[in-house]
Amino acid sequence: MSGREPRTIGRRRGKVNGADQVTGRTRYADDFTFPGMLHAKLVRSPHAHARILKIDPSRALRLEGVHAVVTGRDMPVAYGILPWTQDEYPLALDKARFTGDAVACVAAVDEATAARAAALIDVTYQVLPHVLEPEEALAPGAPVVNEAARHGNVTKHVHLEFGDVDGGMERADATVEGDYYFHGTNHAAIEPHCAIGLWEPSGVLTVISSTQVPHYLHRELARVLQVPMDRVRVIQPPVGGAFGGKSEPFDLEFCVGKLAMMTGRPVKLLYTREEVFYSHRGRHPMAMHYRLGALKNGTLTACDAKTVLDGGAYASFGLVTAYYSGQLVPAPLAIPAYRFDSVRAYTNKPACGPKRGHGSVQPRFAFEVTLDKLAAKLGIDPIELRRRNLIRPGERTVNELLVQSTGFAECLDRVEAASGWRVKHGKLPYGRGVGVAGSSYISGTNYPIYPNEMPQSAVQLKVDRSGRVTVFSGVSEIGQGAESMLATVVCEELGTVPEAVRVVSGDTDLTPVDLGAYSSRVTMMAGNACLRAARELANRVRAVAAENWSCEPDRVVLAEGFAWPEDRPDERVPVAEAFRWAEAAQGTLGSVGHYNTPKNVHGDYRGGTIGASPAYSFTAHVAEVSVDPETGIVTVERIWVAHDAGRVLNPVIVEGQMEGSAYMGFAEAIFEEHVFYESGLHTGPSLLDYRIPTTLDTPELHSLIVEALDPEGPYGAKEAGEGPLHPSIPAIANAIHDAVGVRVDTLPFTPGKVLRALREASAAVAVSGGDG
Amino acid sequence: MAGSGDPARGTGGPPRGKASGNGHRAGSDEGPRELATVSLTVNGDRVRLAVPGERTLLELLRYELGLTGTKQGCDKGDCGACTVLVDGTPVLSCITLAADAEGTRVETVESLAAGTELHPLQRAFIDHGAAQCGFCTPGMLMSAKALLDSGEVPSRDEVKAALSGNLCRCTGYTKILDAVEDAARKGAPAERES
Repeated sequence: MSGREPRTIGRRRGKVNGADQVTGRTRYADDFTFPGMLHAKLVRSPHAHARILKIDPSRALRLEGVHAVVTGRDMPVAYGILPWTQDEYPLALDKARFTGDAVACVAAVDEATAARAAALIDVTYQVLPHVLEPEEALAPGAPVVNEAARHGNVTKHVHLEFGDVDGGMERADATVEGDYYFHGTNHAAIEPHCAIGLWEPSGVLTVISSTQVPHYLHRELARVLQVPMDRVRVIQPPVGGAFGGKSEPFDLEFCVGKLAMMTGRPVKLLYTREEVFYSHRGRHPMAMHYRLGALKNGTLTACDAKTVLDGGAYASFGLVTAYYSGQLVPAPLAIPAYRFDSVRAYTNKPACGPKRGHGSVQPRFAFEVTLDKLAAKLGIDPIELRRRNLIRPGERTVNELLVQSTGFAECLDRVEAASGWRVKHGKLPYGRGVGVAGSSYISGTNYPIYPNEMPQSAVQLKVDRSGRVTVFSGVSEIGQGAESMLATVVCEELGTVPEAVRVVSGDTDLTPVDLGAYSSRVTMMAGNACLRAARELANRVRAVAAENWSCEPDRVVLAEGFAWPEDRPDERVPVAEAFRWAEAAQGTLGSVGHYNTPKNVHGDYRGGTIGASPAYSFTAHVAEVSVDPETGIVTVERIWVAHDAGRVLNPVIVEGQMEGSAYMGFAEAIFEEHVFYESGLHTGPSLLDYRIPTTLDTPELHSLIVEALDPEGPYGAKEAGEGPLHPSIPAIANAIHDAVGVRVDTLPFTPGKVLRALREASAAVAVSGGDG
Repeated sequence: MAGSGDPARGTGGPPRGKASGNGHRAGSDEGPRELATVSLTVNGDRVRLAVPGERTLLELLRYELGLTGTKQGCDKGDCGACTVLVDGTPVLSCITLAADAEGTRVETVESLAAGTELHPLQRAFIDHGAAQCGFCTPGMLMSAKALLDSGEVPSRDEVKAALSGNLCRCTGYTKILDAVEDAARKGAPAERES
């Protein structure tokens, strides 16, 4: 659109794949079947920690209909999403490290036979002492959960300090400190993980998977199964929800690949819902200690944080999580001094990983509640306190991350006005309250998970005389609207209509590499790649059309299905006609575009690249709650969500991300909790016991879009998929305090915890009343 | 396709004589699997099939008839992704035995559009952005259809109640409720009788 008013972007419209979705035509991984397809089942450890002495598959193999069994010995190559912490095997090799760790896999003619065969695989275990809590795991003499740890049970220890923290605390007029606990939660995408392995006699292995990172899966399948990368194909059909829970390779993908190679037959493995909870990779539980100092006028002087992360049995993304738990805290504010110390411990539980708002949702809870306490102590309105400490566009955070745009001030203004904050905060009747919180999040991580100089996203475009534009992109459609985003960019640049655009995505054979749908990177990176490819092609079409019309190329308008010289709209032709002129003049039409991140936005210290992003989104929420002092039940009535997404390419999709994020944060605040028995067994791995909110539970969600355009984003766009989750939880916590005057610093906010806090508060009043 | 083997390997056909009626109980003494004949109407078509007794309606739709629009999210009746209409009433097909659908009229998401014309609910779901990943959408649409077919224009609370058995993990429900209200206001069309 260079220089012109946008014609397609910013318009409210449905998604390009909408009709398929509402008619049941969208095919997810489990909707694919193939002639002769076998079904596989995993055998999982009943022990939280046990040496595997022997696996005897003979009884299973004798069962009619059973075709093959694989164990860890068949795939003895360590893998892990991060090259620095490859600490797991497709199937446990020597040791099972949590209750539910997969140790064997069987393929049979149907699912029921596979399930029966799985129970006939005899595994001899030597049970080992297990450790479930990080504090115990980090204590001297604790059983070693994962031998890949360099020291004891530490996956990663990060200690970073910026500015003079101790001096900042000393010069503060007020300091507040406290302990917080964020519990573990699961992504609970409605689609369980599914994978299908297909072996071609020519030597090509295809894996169809509900993954959100087909490229990383491609690499690991090749390495672990020892098939050259050029003979591995990963197909990622539309994914039925992911939220970070499908962002690394899993046992099932290796197993269907291996079993397909062994049997020559297609092999499908679909997790049961129970298995989704064992595979997990959900939110890390974090125990956090925060201390914050400020001057009388509200100017922050220092922040000091100490965090222990409960990692579960494997590293997953944990190295990054440990960094993110500190690195992503300072923005959206300017804090002159900051220190954090984060330790991730291995424990004998399902591995934690990235969940929407990776690593930063937990510290955001601790930080924003501490800020609220500080505001109360200073007698400053909590929104005003934030306003007095804003980071400005073009500034770097205290940990040196470059923030080129921020709409945080406007986010605060919007939620303040929309919620009626000034007439509500501190003024509602007892039992009713409002709370505010803010946050910031990355629009894509600045560096890939394995170091390389190649593009992080690339797009190929094909245009021909039919008028159809085909976009080939490695992006993963996981419901966030990746394909629609690409189509929108193409329409804006080439003047086509969405119906004339076909997006081919998520297939490593057909599309250029994209690193995947994680870290809110898709619009920033694939959007920019697509923009470049489309602009190049549009310029070529314009050049040819300009000759026909005897005008300057930049006077040729391509928009909404037509092409015309800017000053002569009556001469307009269908844009397909302009494509035909270009094809005749220039030959076959195609283009490529790629994106790589700027390399001057990170911090100049070890770890300073982690948390760096091309652009940051900003969010503010106000939550309004009712608290029943008799029952302790917290009802979240409404959440106002203001989010700075930069230029909004499609408001319908952005609002959907804002609402879905706010919902998911609310769910973690009030409903969801991953709980284990002392044996290490999950207490309720089902959607009945693990309570995710229904229509009746979910508060009213009000989306307020803010657009602070970022110079790095396509048209100025930034992320919207993860940022808006963060403030939900602390906003609710702060609203509970506004409603009934107590702090609940341990998630989730269950009736029991609220009642306990109320009782303790009234006991304290009674005691102090007695003294006075 | 569960149950169909590779004919080339001589293991084709349903694995008779292997599964018991006890589902997944391992190592149990396997008697011949009893097949029951089921007759029902699915999306207007009369269907007559021989199925094992433990076959669920969801499996019948997905595996026997290839109607994969109906989804399996939990296989325990918790999530609602498998919701279909049985004689006009929303039913969780993953915990309904196929045999219990004998003589009924089953409607799935594949029947919602009238030929190539989308149902107003489908149109509204697209326009409002009510489907993100889309996995809960078929079940959600069928629950909503049952509500709209009841005739009254529902209040927002009534829409919430009608959809409370369908879990969505993406949207926060806001746009789904908006879409159903919008479709209801525009008037449910005369039911397309199958």
